[in-house]
Amino acid sequence: MTSRTTWACAATCHTTIDPVMEAPYSVGQFLVVFLIAAAGFAIGPLVLAWLWARKFSPQKPGPTKNATYECGLESKGDAWVQFRSEYYLYGIIFLIFDVETIFLLPFAVAFGGLSVGAFLAMMIFLLLLAEGLVWAWKKGVLTWK
Amino acid sequence: MDEGLRSELQKQGIFVVTLEQLYNWGRKNSVWPLSFGLACCAIEMIAASMARWDLARFGAEVFRPSPRQADLMIVAGTVTKKMAPQVVRLYNQMPEPKYVIAMGACAISGGPFKQGYNVLKGIDRYIPVDVHIPGCPPRPEALIHAFMTLQKKIDEQKLTGPDRARHCDPNEPSEFPVPQFGEHDLVPPSNPSVWKPAVVARG
Repeated sequence: MTSRTTWACAATCHTTIDPVMEAPYSVGQFLVVFLIAAAGFAIGPLVLAWLWARKFSPQKPGPTKNATYECGLESKGDAWVQFRSEYYLYGIIFLIFDVETIFLLPFAVAFGGLSVGAFLAMMIFLLLLAEGLVWAWKKGVLTWK
Repeated sequence: MDEGLRSELQKQGIFVVTLEQLYNWGRKNSVWPLSFGLACCAIEMIAASMARWDLARFGAEVFRPSPRQADLMIVAGTVTKKMAPQVVRLYNQMPEPKYVIAMGACAISGGPFKQGYNVLKGIDRYIPVDVHIPGCPPRPEALIHAFMTLQKKIDEQKLTGPDRARHCDPNEPSEFPVPQFGEHDLVPPSNPSVWKPAVVARG
């Protein structure tokens, strides 16, 4: 009851009363209402379409219609095909050179003004990458079987 | 309600529709074609859907890449015998109600390749065609005319009764047999339940 009277007063004499202090509602409440309305607008037509389809749509299923869509061709084989992992390993090893290039270019540009510590850090980084390459090479990943 | 009374009421500002009219009005203004081009006619079909001819005016600009969402198959171009089973299968995979426009001389009869060994002499041998458009290729205006013809056809379709539309009749098939590659030709060479050519009787 008190909130209604305050509201009426806010509507008639809002110049005298601070609206922020006296507002009987919060923005959060309106957000909830808007959210429900938005969900209704999104879900309502879907429900209506579903009901309409249940009642009126001519359902004529068949073996071709229910088959997997494959651009008009008949689908062959199983979807659970195994791929060889070699390409994946090749891609990973390519990344060694890729990342190396990205870091080597700024390193080369700033080489003249580098401190000994930065130079050593870069050398350790290169060593790690080269080590990875040597390891993969020894494993025989680089030869395509 | 008869037409006279409806017309009389309309003059007084009272609009009366049946559910059937409302349903058909909605259907005819939202025909979604399958984006499916076979040959040069497809270029004219694309032109018709673009800004200059603007098929969107007829509610038919939403070309769907999947038959599951399409209402209309525009057979735009030469149907080779290798392609014919795929065309029929795509038609079978479309949901009811579905319509077919055979666009161009090739799709309706084989066109300039009619005497060839590898071209189907009209897609209406395997699937029911609603509108035929002659031309090689037909201009976009001709395709728009075919659309308007199809819209008129949809608008006049009955949903109940003995002369109801094909898709509302549970006895009418939704799928048609997909032809197979035979030794010399497609097997069967035509579907007799669909392909009923005019017979010349000599007396």
